[in-house]
Amino acid sequence: MSTDTEAPIYTKSALEFKSSSFSAPVLLLHTTELKHIKHQLKEKITQAPDFFKNSPLLIDLQNCNDDEKSIDLDALIKFLFTEKLFPIGISNGNDEQNIIALKHHIPMHTMRDVRSPASDSILDESLASDAAAIAKPDEETANTVENMLISQPIRSGQRIYAKGDLTILSHVSAGAEVMAEGNIHIYGSLRGRALAGVQGNPESRIFCSVLEAELVSIAGHYKVSEELNIADPLKPKQIFLQNQALIIKTL
Amino acid sequence: MARIIVVTSGKGGVGKTTTSAAIAMGLAKKGHKTAVIDFDVGLRNLDLIMGCERRVVYDFVNVINGEATLRQALIKDKRCNQLFILPASQTRDKDALTQEGVGKVLDELSKEFKYIVCDSPAGIERGANLAMYFADDAFVVTNPEIASVRDSDRMLGILSSKSRRAEKGEEAIKEYLLLSRYSPKRVNLGEMLSVEDVQDILSLHLLGVIPESKSVLNASNSGTPIILDEESNAGQAYADVVARYLGEDVPHRFINEEKKSLFGKLFGSR
Repeated sequence: MSTDTEAPIYTKSALEFKSSSFSAPVLLLHTTELKHIKHQLKEKITQAPDFFKNSPLLIDLQNCNDDEKSIDLDALIKFLFTEKLFPIGISNGNDEQNIIALKHHIPMHTMRDVRSPASDSILDESLASDAAAIAKPDEETANTVENMLISQPIRSGQRIYAKGDLTILSHVSAGAEVMAEGNIHIYGSLRGRALAGVQGNPESRIFCSVLEAELVSIAGHYKVSEELNIADPLKPKQIFLQNQALIIKTL
Repeated sequence: MARIIVVTSGKGGVGKTTTSAAIAMGLAKKGHKTAVIDFDVGLRNLDLIMGCERRVVYDFVNVINGEATLRQALIKDKRCNQLFILPASQTRDKDALTQEGVGKVLDELSKEFKYIVCDSPAGIERGANLAMYFADDAFVVTNPEIASVRDSDRMLGILSSKSRRAEKGEEAIKEYLLLSRYSPKRVNLGEMLSVEDVQDILSLHLLGVIPESKSVLNASNSGTPIILDEESNAGQAYADVVARYLGEDVPHRFINEEKKSLFGKLFGSR
């Protein structure tokens, strides 16, 4: 009752769902032998304790499930928690493993290079809804996009990283590197390296007034200056991805 | 408070020490009390260019370590009573410099001097970083060739991110471009980058162009800052640089090739 009457007072929207991506380490397992995994993982953690401390982690079982034997996922997850690692999902697990994961409140993720189709349908409904409930807050954790504007020249040796779009009002010198998860706009000359869509967004583009770049890359598809063959180098250009190929076009 | 000027470049052999000596002398001759410090610990050269190598007793590292006072280490120039030189140590290396020590020396100098010129070593390691860390103004010395221009560009990036002003979020270091060893003739032949080319890459305020000149080497060898050679183009160019830095409106010279007269052409005179 009371909640019904209170609801209209708060006029701003209290929440919204957004689609967003963030990066997390993926633990790719090559064996089902838990003792080897434990030993080597501990070694890795001692090498970089700060990096691993309380880190979210995605478990990819693709390589270890190729063998006949399947891994004891229950024991693995418990071990990861004791090592202060937080599995936030498993990938490429079999049905049995998916159920074990969900019991630990860990959802299944399908990654792009997955070979076997996801097997959600087989799972009973209560578990599936559990998974959905957990998966959504995960997506929410990433903030809204942060665009960046820079009016100074980017000097040789400098590196700029923008979580959203990156706009540079001056030039990017040879030996400098500018990266963005979204688009890159450069209103001066681009003489250094520009990498757009570094988290894998193939829709991102690079725009620049003069293209004299050492390297341009969109979502990991790159070209170095030798391969650029730029017609009208002094005219403004845009670079985008089409059928896995980088296209350079005069604006 | 003194104004701290760093003379820097990234690349070696472009004329940092020559420039440091010249502008320190130029500022002092204009009546400003000026100190020039050699940060090139281990490869001490400023004292040679300034012609005071036989009067070095204590050096910069001695002062930092508290083995000598600043007054003991500063060498007064014989030609201009407003100019003092703080030489580097030749027997130590750059690790002998500490940020705290350098800061203390500069603070003490600031009380007495109007300008402090820091002659940076080449490279982007400790010596160079400490030379520029406390700076208010930076003279970036560049030769008109791509390696030097790129190194200067790198240095400019460091200036804008790793200086005291940058770390404290204060107004950025004022950066000036000084193009040295410039030969208009070779620019016209396409062998050298032009002023416009360099400006296009660095987009920096041009303080002056120093022409390539034999008199620079002669001046270095005799321990005389080139600015005292008022006959030479290079000496005049440095005098212009100092005047411009102090806010005077002086037109740029030595950028274009001098036209030879018909008479000159006929007889091949230079």
